[in-house]
Amino acid sequence: MCLGVPAQILKILDEQMARVDVDGNQVDISIQLVPDVKTGDYVLVHAGFAMDIIDAGVADETMKLLKELQSS
Amino acid sequence: MNLNNDNKYVSSLLQDIQSESRDIALMEVCGTHTMAIAKSGIRNLMPGNLKLLSGPGCPVCVTAQGDIDAVIDLAERPGITLVTFGDMMRVPGNNSSLQEARSRGADVRVAYSPLDALAIARQNRRLEVVFLGIGFETTAPVVAVTVEQARREGLKNFSVFSLHKAVPPALEVIFADPAIKVDGLICPGHVSIVIGLKPYLSLAVKYHQPCVVTGFETRDILEGIVMLLQQIRKGEAQAQIQYKRVVKPEGNRVAQETIKRVFRPVGARWRGLGFIENSGLEFNREYEDWDARRKFDIPEYEDIPIKGCACGQVLRGRITPPACPLFGQPCTPLNPVGPCMVSHEGACAAYYRYRIT
Ligand code: SF4
Repeated sequence: MCLGVPAQILKILDEQMARVDVDGNQVDISIQLVPDVKTGDYVLVHAGFAMDIIDAGVADETMKLLKELQSS
Repeated sequence: MNLNNDNKYVSSLLQDIQSESRDIALMEVCGTHTMAIAKSGIRNLMPGNLKLLSGPGCPVCVTAQGDIDAVIDLAERPGITLVTFGDMMRVPGNNSSLQEARSRGADVRVAYSPLDALAIARQNRRLEVVFLGIGFETTAPVVAVTVEQARREGLKNFSVFSLHKAVPPALEVIFADPAIKVDGLICPGHVSIVIGLKPYLSLAVKYHQPCVVTGFETRDILEGIVMLLQQIRKGEAQAQIQYKRVVKPEGNRVAQETIKRVFRPVGARWRGLGFIENSGLEFNREYEDWDARRKFDIPEYEDIPIKGCACGQVLRGRITPPACPLFGQPCTPLNPVGPCMVSHEGACAAYYRYRIT
């Protein structure tokens, strides 16, 4: 029920809605909970709403940190 | 990162976990984790002294039996169109399920989003459309936005039956229970998108429980476990985020404020955990016209337990599903006795589907 799927914003339709690509399918979702979202961003979608912007760049931080801890 | 490196990294995480010799129990409180852990086979890779327990992570499962009966009765009232997430359809009430109510003629519809329910109300002004608001902090803001939208449009034939639940108060009940031994918490990824790290900070301090907000890939879960073990080894209890690509320490402020505009905290009943202060959401005065409980005068239903079902014990992490005498015989996903076997996120369903004994 708390399932979320990642999707890329293709087009901001208006203040409330955006078109996204989920696994090759285009769907319209609400962006009312992430007002700062931009075209090209990846978001996590739950129940027809973007819940958050995904920042893929920070994903590997944890790995680096754990690797350091393991080697220390 | 190339695949080879990734594999090496994952095996280094596993080595770290397998080198642990203390008796440790970690609890996950998110149905998606329950499923991801079962599916990936992570449990089989854990050393015998490291237990992974499931807690109250499935919103459908923690809904009190009396509330389920109230929902089914509401659906059977003439003129009501009940719109729900699919997971609720087969949950057994005292007499029947929503699915059975539908086959008897009740207008029950499954939607992916509360906005779909709003669209039904907009297009059919003569229907009384009730959306069933079941879910944790991930679902509450989504429903709150929908209610605000209904108010803006003046849609008076739409309402929400709010059975929303907040996760942190339930965690507090678990940590305070002397019968449950938990050494660390794998915190829910998607709930934490909304609430952020703050609620876990106070739990970590108050109950000396390491808390790590964790993602759903196998690597995420292994990393989350290693981060917990590192804290346990050092005798620390901090709240940390492994799932940094998605969860921010402050959470989603817009979502938090949206919930607050529409709802206020209220005590709520949980299956297995009983009544918990401030763990539910009721409508603020300005939104009362969209409160189905008020609009249709829905009474409190008594919790009549399902005979033999140990869901309550499973949700507390007191037993694992196979310890329930009904597990697998007669209780299966095709013939579920309790909600933990119905829901895709239920611990019993996860254990059954992936044959965990
Ligand atoms: S196996 Fe079935 S009867 Fe037993 S606790 Fe799970 S859902 Fe309830």
